[in-house]
Amino acid sequence: MEGDIAQLGQFIGAGLAAIGSGAAAIGVGHVAGNFLAGALRNPSAAAGQTATLFIGIAFAEALGIFSFLVALLLMFAV
Amino acid sequence: MADEAHSGGGLEFHPMDQFIVKPLFGEIGDPVHMYTITNVTLWLALAVLATIGLLVLTTSKRAVVPSRGQSVAELAYGFVYKMVEDVTGKDGIKYFPYIMTLFIFILCANFLGLIPMAFTTTSHIAVTAVMGFGVFFAVTILGFVKNGVSFLSLFWVSSAPLALRPILALIELISYFVRPVSHSIRLAGNMMAGHAVLKVFAGFAQVTGGMALIIVPVSILGVVAVYALEVLVSFIQAYVFTILTCVYLKDALHPHH
Repeated sequence: MEGDIAQLGQFIGAGLAAIGSGAAAIGVGHVAGNFLAGALRNPSAAAGQTATLFIGIAFAEALGIFSFLVALLLMFAV
Repeated sequence: MADEAHSGGGLEFHPMDQFIVKPLFGEIGDPVHMYTITNVTLWLALAVLATIGLLVLTTSKRAVVPSRGQSVAELAYGFVYKMVEDVTGKDGIKYFPYIMTLFIFILCANFLGLIPMAFTTTSHIAVTAVMGFGVFFAVTILGFVKNGVSFLSLFWVSSAPLALRPILALIELISYFVRPVSHSIRLAGNMMAGHAVLKVFAGFAQVTGGMALIIVPVSILGVVAVYALEVLVSFIQAYVFTILTCVYLKDALHPHH
């Protein structure tokens, strides 16, 4: 057992920040699942909404990427 | 701190080593070292050349029966044209060349980064932030030029109750200024995360010891699977970057809620 308490906090913080990636996965799955549920009910309207689908996925995913970035910053930049 | 993380891991190489910017010529300490181009410059230049090759060289003959390259260029043209028309409307078509250039350039940079031993330029925030902030400034200036002061009605949600509007205005203002940050970090983060995962699997592929007979084939299959996913992600992130540019452009052209 060696190393300082700051490094311990860094690693724990990076691990906690990685939870955000899982949360973003839930968000992306929610967007895609709801799109599919709606698309199967009205397939003729689905083709026009794929752009909205990707925008929704992008917004949900961006926040997960932010948490990934926080983890990276804690590991390599702090 | 990066050095400590280096020695701490059990992997032969560090997954983030692939993102180090290195000068192409000369050693550390050489006078030439500071002035030579880096691998980022090289791969960005290759992306520009690929863009020119795809869009200019293949379509220069303007054949009625298109060659393979011309078909691809026409397909990309039609794809982006329809996207701009659908999202921004007819008056957004004027800005189609900018959006087309962004799309093809990001697509080429992403796909070139997938070549083994290549450098993924779009995995650096320094590269994507230039494009993200470029879009942000272009769109903001365009909004003020087109609409004057009434561009600020973008932040004043007239469909909401009057008491809520100042609070909503604050939220809208904050979200407006976060746009370039999230716009650029989304692309860089996605590319960086995917390539880091590839290298993590590649690191597992060279373990030795008792479990190696199981771990090595599984991790090689993992590399293949993640690579296939990365091909998809490269395209989708270029698409997302462009379509968000279209959305921001639409906000600038029609700021009224």
